[in-house]
Amino acid sequence: METALFFVLATLAVVCSLLLVLFRNPVYSALSLVGTLFSVAGLFVLLEAHFLAAVQISVYAGAIMVLFLFVIMLLNLGSEDTFEVITGRYRGFVVILLSTMLVMFLGLTSLRQVGGRPVENKELATDNIPYVGKLLYTDFVFPFEIVSVILLVALIGVVVLVKRESADGS
Amino acid sequence: MTVPISYYLFLSAILFAIGVTGVLTRRNAIVIFMCIELMLNAVNLAFVAFARQLGQGEGQVFVFFVMAVAAAEVAVGLAIIIALFRNRETVDVGEVNLLKW
Repeated sequence: METALFFVLATLAVVCSLLLVLFRNPVYSALSLVGTLFSVAGLFVLLEAHFLAAVQISVYAGAIMVLFLFVIMLLNLGSEDTFEVITGRYRGFVVILLSTMLVMFLGLTSLRQVGGRPVENKELATDNIPYVGKLLYTDFVFPFEIVSVILLVALIGVVVLVKRESADGS
Repeated sequence: MTVPISYYLFLSAILFAIGVTGVLTRRNAIVIFMCIELMLNAVNLAFVAFARQLGQGEGQVFVFFVMAVAAAEVAVGLAIIIALFRNRETVDVGEVNLLKW
């Protein structure tokens, strides 16, 4: 059952990400990225990372994709209403895809020591959110604070970048 | 019957390769950004798979940090794209030559 679910979600993720690269219209690309993000969230549930699955849907599929779609519509990029995928340039596409996959598969097959049964950690699976929260506020409290600084810097940077200078120069 | 970790790692490698392909072949800056998000997601998947395999929660905490940094990065990147569009009227990375020599 779990294996069947894994293959369904994996196929969905791969097909959606291929469509993301191949669609000519960026709006359709964004929508297929949403499909990929949802199937990765489903895979997180299969891996018993329930907190991350929820965060994946609310942050990625909610906030980030709305930002993408908003910018696409602001810049009027999705105006060509064609449902076509990119044709031509297939040779470079296939060469890059296959060579990258080859390099990664070579790396993965050289890593043999992580096979076998997963290590049991009941608390991580059943009390996922308290477990991750406790880690976040004890061992990783300094990186957690740094992340808040990063978000603040990004906030200020975005406002500075996008702000139009007014006519009197102030 | 749990899925072995190698399946997750192969799926992660395939998604990462598709993301790399998109970054290298597409010209639209926004699509390139979305492909970067795809690569980050592939790495997150590998992180969570290893966290379950080794029975440790640190991998999931790292995925949390990756997501936070990705959110900040997307906001700044899209702001740069908007500023670029205001100056150049295009988001084609082939036509942006301010820093080219």
